[in-house]
Amino acid sequence: MSKVKIITGTSAAAEAARLCDVDVISAYPITPQTTCVEKLAEFVANGELDAEFIKVESEHSAISACIGASATGARTFTATSSQGLALMHEVLFIASGMRLPIVMMNANRALSAPINIWNDQQDSISQRDTGWIQIYAADNQETLDSIIQAFKIAENEKVLLPVMVNLDGFILTHTVEPVELPDEEEVRDFVGIYEPKHAYLDPDRPITQGPVGVPSCYMESKYNVQNAMNNAEKVIMDVNEEFAKKFGRKYGNGLIETYNIENAETVLVAMGSVCGTIKEVIDDLKQEGKEYGLLRIRTYRPLPINHIREALKNAKNIAILDKDITFGMNKGAVYTDLAGFLKDKKTTNYIVGLGGRDIRQDDIKEIMKHAEKAEDGETKWMGLKEQ
Amino acid sequence: MIEIRFHGRGGQGAVTAAQILAKAAFYDGKFSQAFPFFGVERRGAPVMAFTRIDDKKIRLRSQIYEPDYVVVQDPTLLDTIDVTSGLKKGGKIVINTNKDIKLEGYDTYTIDATDVALEVLGLPIVNTVILGAFTGVTGEVTIDSLKKAIMDTFPKKLGEKNAKAAEVAYNMIKEE
Amino acid sequence: MVTVGTIIYEPGNSTNKTGSWRVFKPIMDKDKCVMCENCFIFCPEGCIKEKDGKFEIDYDYCKGCLICVNECPVKAISSIREEK
Ligand code: SF4
Ligand code: SF4
Repeated sequence: MSKVKIITGTSAAAEAARLCDVDVISAYPITPQTTCVEKLAEFVANGELDAEFIKVESEHSAISACIGASATGARTFTATSSQGLALMHEVLFIASGMRLPIVMMNANRALSAPINIWNDQQDSISQRDTGWIQIYAADNQETLDSIIQAFKIAENEKVLLPVMVNLDGFILTHTVEPVELPDEEEVRDFVGIYEPKHAYLDPDRPITQGPVGVPSCYMESKYNVQNAMNNAEKVIMDVNEEFAKKFGRKYGNGLIETYNIENAETVLVAMGSVCGTIKEVIDDLKQEGKEYGLLRIRTYRPLPINHIREALKNAKNIAILDKDITFGMNKGAVYTDLAGFLKDKKTTNYIVGLGGRDIRQDDIKEIMKHAEKAEDGETKWMGLKEQ
Repeated sequence: MIEIRFHGRGGQGAVTAAQILAKAAFYDGKFSQAFPFFGVERRGAPVMAFTRIDDKKIRLRSQIYEPDYVVVQDPTLLDTIDVTSGLKKGGKIVINTNKDIKLEGYDTYTIDATDVALEVLGLPIVNTVILGAFTGVTGEVTIDSLKKAIMDTFPKKLGEKNAKAAEVAYNMIKEE
Repeated sequence: MVTVGTIIYEPGNSTNKTGSWRVFKPIMDKDKCVMCENCFIFCPEGCIKEKDGKFEIDYDYCKGCLICVNECPVKAISSIREEK
């Protein structure tokens, strides 16, 4: 039986890992992710989850332990944030290269210096080229649902890639709201049992994982990862549909979600929790007869370029919000990724919410107005104080 | 949508209070959300927490700047913090104090929550007491849902005691 | 074709047959062998395999490092010059 609980985003993530019956968890605590691993450790300690919890001394070790575990054929989960994710960096490539379907919860948090524990998305966006699928959740329910979906996507034979489910630090990790916990049996039925055909530990069938890839095979192995990303688009959409059928909840087409986009000349493009605030503003302005649209990117990798172009075909002004910055370009990464594919549109870029700077409804309205008047290619840092 | 801001000191359970209120609203069949002020937390330092209650799913993710209600858990905060900042005109403010305080332009309610807490709980922890008073003053949640929310936040015995404390405060403020 | 995850399912840790690298060739005396598994564990190529309850060396992959010779406690493995 499903039940609704008033819980934080980190609890929702931990509940999802429990529902998916993970075999191995290895994680190192870091604000604002800590309560997720505490909860998982508690589940393991009181027998609610039959899993191995590997304690480690750093995030580098945590993800390395996960790779070892996943390489044996175990369903593996980890969670981190910010500096922790940055410390995992070199190992993240190994997980995708070895095609290990590890699922990670990342609490989006700013990177030092200066030290800052609050939200932005610089941490995960900085890992965009590591070969991990990246999903950005907009609320706590989506966090839980996305982790369940993530295992099914990651373990699909056409994909076999690790998945990072991102939720905004504090804004979701430390906010309680109603979350429906689906029935345990139904979740296990949905995700199935992980029985890898490619990577396993079996003394009767010895194999070598993680060998040297000489120049004559390295390019092919990377091309395989790219192909898996291509396949992932369809798998993510299918899993989204299948999930909707079973649990009654759906997130756009799985890759993107649009809101009031049909009638709008000006469309905002964003990821994560800020999309809720944007929807609220869109509804308010609709009452005044003004039409604005939202395109929420749910999967940043694979980046569903064709779906994005199609969704934006009637829009004139595209305002792209970035909770990150590519220094030396004065642009965010989402903008730099998209602008080249939207050459026939006016695109503008908004650097928002770095290090937990609150994004108010007024900021959203200001972005909408600016996008209508601005020159193509302009960048604006929102809420920047005069210095 | 109703927005509530809690003022307390680190360790006084302002965040827990905001979460209990969100649970109570949910038990009343509404949608709710509660979150702390995103700042540095130290024991004893002034802290804030927020609750939103609505009839429909809450999508707003910004902080709360113009609350409908303010709850002050510690009277000493009045000297250092503008607790009415952004409070809507004629908005209600519930203060834990044994003094008779009236804040100009607002509907002020006072309760000696520390006294009630000491009597019922034997501890000067006021967050559930002041929630009882808040419920009596505003009627935004029902006392039954509040008690249920308190009960499933704390272990059994402690939950019962805290629910009782909330009810005592609820009745006290209703009788005034 | 590069496999998913570049995993090697053949014995040894290389997709290339490394047998031609040998200068010295290990020769195992199966009668002397006491099945202690030392050579099996230490062989860096993983090319010592068990067959019908006895170990044997797969010369397609044995690269002649002679670690097995060194590790054998009963001197059951000797080495000779490879004929080329
Ligand atoms: S010499 Fe012995 S240890 Fe070295 S590769 Fe050949 S069998 Fe293995
Ligand atoms: S090390 Fe020597 S005794 Fe041991 S298994 Fe190998 S050949 Fe036999």
